[in-house]
Amino acid sequence: EDRLISEPLGHPDYFNVKELFSLKDLFDARVHLGHKKGCRHRFMEPYIFGCRLGQDIIDLEQTMQHLQLALNFTAHVAYRKGIILFVSRNRQFCHLIESTARACGEYAHTRYWQGGLLTNAHVQFGPGVRLPDLLVFLSSLNNVFEPHVAIRDAAKMNIPTVGVVDTNCNPCLISYPVPGNDDSPAAMELYCKLFRMTIIRAKDKRRQREVFEELQ
Amino acid sequence: LRLIYTTTVVQRRNVAAAGPEKYTEAFIKKQIEEFNLGKRHLANMMGEDPETFTQEDIDKAIAYLFPSGLFDERARPMMKHPTEIFPEKRQIQWGEDGRPFHFLFYTGKQSYYSLMHETYGMLLNVQEYQDQMSAQDLPPEKEKKNLPGSRWLTKMELEEMLLEKLSDHDYSRFIQLLQKMVALPYGSNEEKYMQKFSKEIATQLQKVVIDPLQYDERGVAFSTAEGQRKTARATVVVYDNGSGKITVNGVDALHYFPVLQDREQLMFPFQFLDRIEKHDMICTVSGGGRSSQAGAIRLASAKALKSFVTEKEVEFMRQAGLLTVDPRLRERKKPGQEGARRKFTWKKR
Repeated sequence: EDRLISEPLGHPDYFNVKELFSLKDLFDARVHLGHKKGCRHRFMEPYIFGCRLGQDIIDLEQTMQHLQLALNFTAHVAYRKGIILFVSRNRQFCHLIESTARACGEYAHTRYWQGGLLTNAHVQFGPGVRLPDLLVFLSSLNNVFEPHVAIRDAAKMNIPTVGVVDTNCNPCLISYPVPGNDDSPAAMELYCKLFRMTIIRAKDKRRQREVFEELQ
Repeated sequence: LRLIYTTTVVQRRNVAAAGPEKYTEAFIKKQIEEFNLGKRHLANMMGEDPETFTQEDIDKAIAYLFPSGLFDERARPMMKHPTEIFPEKRQIQWGEDGRPFHFLFYTGKQSYYSLMHETYGMLLNVQEYQDQMSAQDLPPEKEKKNLPGSRWLTKMELEEMLLEKLSDHDYSRFIQLLQKMVALPYGSNEEKYMQKFSKEIATQLQKVVIDPLQYDERGVAFSTAEGQRKTARATVVVYDNGSGKITVNGVDALHYFPVLQDREQLMFPFQFLDRIEKHDMICTVSGGGRSSQAGAIRLASAKALKSFVTEKEVEFMRQAGLLTVDPRLRERKKPGQEGARRKFTWKKR
């Protein structure tokens, strides 16, 4: 039982998430495209490679590293049967994200965020509710271009967060920020595909290990 | 060494604030089993056959075994099927390990949002199909069902269906989505899905019933009708091949209605149909005053003339207002006022 949980923590990349994506895939999905330099957030400057004709370009080398860390973390959470909640307030991809969550067997919230969802859960849902163990932000701004309330609430409730931060987002309170484009359909489909594959992979691994342990 | 005391804030279960209990499926099942078992025991006790023991027999048996003098029916002992006693509420939404069953549980309004998700999926399918058809250059139009006999579900009905409270905004968004889907060229692909959310209105087309003409012993065609206005009730018999004579309560119209206005009212239906000196009329009228009696006879004669006339002219009469019952009645006097509307004279001091 303890071996099941503690063994994956020994390896740096137990679920081999590096093979799921390459720099070329990120480039083809237009993940490196940011907003114009006027929308640039001060804290995103370290992640920006440069500025071309007024449009910021995100450094894909750093994105690769951050993405690998983030996917590794989600895989570990899914392996330990944690609840993963996909959050995004981008209306264009709401349906896509909900279908992805459903396919993984995890949860999604791409609608209006009621204030007390995380902080007042026991009153809103009922006593004994289990809060999500990981929040994945596929777009960390809400419809008025302000940081999503869930980032702050998750930080209050000690819930780790993984988030795709664009050049106009604040990466401060997110535990595993992934600098990248959050506005083009290709980029969003890529992220959904990656998260879906990692979660399914982690769950399959868990089931295999359990069967393996039972046989022994 | 100083010991650091740390307190973990435990969410105290405020049972009172939890709200109404949510019944688990297992609980309801158990209740149903207990009910069926109890029913059989009761049947045995009463000496009846357990197989054919209906709900009415149960009620009678309970009333016999536990007589109660309480006035409120709902306070008396009763034995009913658990689905009637425990109202259909949301059962607990998560399993033993704490993971919720529905993938949209954390939104708060899971059934509403899952409905929106599904409907939006259907819309995307329709758009894809449309794109395919236009890529193959097939005609984009299809027969649309323009029947006005259906309406979308009301907010209450939708709430009942989803077992969730909705806001007006949510409801209007859902209806807008459905309407958008209907408006698309191939929207009728998903008719089956949309039928779940539409109801048919029974179209009440009041077909104007035209009675056939009756013939008396002399072979003259006549027709009878009734009419009312305020408190006056009139019965009228209109004869064909006449000379324009009008008899009211055995007296000629000229004597019964000395005022010209009333006689004009009597004449109006015939004048409208250009049949002034072609019909005879015999009426009986009671109640009301002179003006209302005249109005009652007018309505009755117009109704009677329907049988003598083509459908088009009946439609003209209806549009002229000859066939409509005047709904105005005397308004009651209210206390604190002189009359129905008139107030007492206002005195400054």
